[in-house]
Amino acid sequence: MSEQEIVTDVVIVGAGPVGLFAVFELGLLDIKCHLIDILDKPGGQCAELYPEKPIYDIPAFPEISGQELTDNLLKQAEPFGPTYHYNRMVNEIERQDNGDFIVKTDAGETFRCKVVVVAAGGGSFQPKRPPVPNIEAFENQSVFYAVRKMDDFRDHDIVIVGGGDSALDWTLNLAPLAKSLTLVHRRDSFRAHTDSVNKMRALVDEGKINFELGQIASLEGENGQISAVNIKNADGEKSLPATRLMPFFGLTMKLGPVANWGLNLHENLIEVDTEKFATSEKGIFAIGDINYYPGKLKLILSGFHEAALMAQAAKKIIHPDEKVVFQYTTSSTKLQKKLGVK
Amino acid sequence: MHIYVTDHNGKEHELEALEGWRVMEVIRDWGLPIKAECGGACACATCHVFVDPDWQDKLHAASDEEEDMLDMVPDVKDNSRLSCQILMSEELDGLKVSLAPSAKPDAEVA
Ligand SMILES: Cc1cc2nc3c(=O)[nH]c(=O)nc-3n(C[C@H](O)[C@H](O)[C@H](O)COP(=O)(O)OP(=O)(O)OC[C@H]3O[C@@H](n4cnc5c(N)ncnc54)[C@H](O)[C@@H]3O)c2cc1C
Ligand code: FES
Repeated sequence: MSEQEIVTDVVIVGAGPVGLFAVFELGLLDIKCHLIDILDKPGGQCAELYPEKPIYDIPAFPEISGQELTDNLLKQAEPFGPTYHYNRMVNEIERQDNGDFIVKTDAGETFRCKVVVVAAGGGSFQPKRPPVPNIEAFENQSVFYAVRKMDDFRDHDIVIVGGGDSALDWTLNLAPLAKSLTLVHRRDSFRAHTDSVNKMRALVDEGKINFELGQIASLEGENGQISAVNIKNADGEKSLPATRLMPFFGLTMKLGPVANWGLNLHENLIEVDTEKFATSEKGIFAIGDINYYPGKLKLILSGFHEAALMAQAAKKIIHPDEKVVFQYTTSSTKLQKKLGVK
Repeated sequence: MHIYVTDHNGKEHELEALEGWRVMEVIRDWGLPIKAECGGACACATCHVFVDPDWQDKLHAASDEEEDMLDMVPDVKDNSRLSCQILMSEELDGLKVSLAPSAKPDAEVA
């Protein structure tokens, strides 16, 4: 765990489209940001759920895909040098006596900032848990949804379940160090890169790994340690000896720690006003899909508007003595300098 | 036209459906709990239902895209379908489905 404190003006929880645009609006007002997201990439729902699908209601873009929108937002934010922290969850936000906030992640970092912007969208993306009795009791001890340290899998009997790229990639990566490895999938067809599927089939043919058709039915083991994974398929049940299990069924959004930050909620959404998009806690703002106010529309364009107004209010907290002059990017040389326009 | 939806507690609901609506939309708009987090884009698999065996063959077969998405369902069965991929039409008047555990709005995650 790192003891070092990262000091910045603003911490943005969530690097979805709205969090990304907030970097731009805050940047124009000379405010520096760090963004934290549990995903391994920026773009939130746009990048995780529909990167290839076209969006038709972004002003001035008759058609743009989720991924293109994300790439453009990153480019637009770039002049302001934001720092992105991926693969970590924001767990805690604590107010200090001097008004600063301390923000803590599950990766052990601590951030100190003057303003927190919650742009947590539909909640944090978390792995889907198979509905197998008692699976919780084994999680993070012998059942894992991600590989943090490859060595934790060395010389183990590994069972991997799923048919997508994560399942295939980890099958290939872990095969050389496993004592045994079995891939379990509901059908003999995979929605992963052809190259990975071919490599996996080659390993099966060479007898280095096993492939089983089926689904997890139950687990055996005690004290957090599994000893077998029972699968069922058309032929009935089968027991696979296993000391490590990795289910890969993709991600789903869950509100997560947002509910524990002491903010007033309205049916799992954070209540804000429509002037500043401030929450019930001074210095904490909420923008994008995560907030609620009368008339709220969960649209990207609404989130962009919210980011602009929030930035004005955040400015007054971060630089209370500076007077904010309203300016256009088209005509203000000051703003253009910040944007690096030559 | 109507569909019959069995909820997570085993209770059956008769819901009015309109031609051209997705079964997911019918379920959601009548207020039954279904996560359907991608809003019908065949991108999340959280609108998973089990189709009554009597009705399984009356539905058009799942597209490749739907089959691929069904891989993301942790509790898939032979009669699993994504309800956002079933469009209501006269022939489906009386369709029976039940909500799958993995379609619960607060579906348990790690
Ligand atoms: C299939 C589909 C189609 C859509 N089509 C349109 C459309 O045509 N037009 C439109 O305007 N909108 C559309 N939307 C909605 C649009 O995608 C959302 O309004 C938008 O993504 C909201 O952006 P956001 O930044 O508020 O949140 P999100 O995109 O949800 O991003 C929030 C991010 O915060 C992260 N996060 C949350 N909590 C934490 C935490 N505690 N720690 C770390 N990270 C956390 C999440 O992992 C996530 O990456 C569509 C949505 C879907 C699913
Ligand atoms: S609603 Fe997402 S796949 Fe059906």
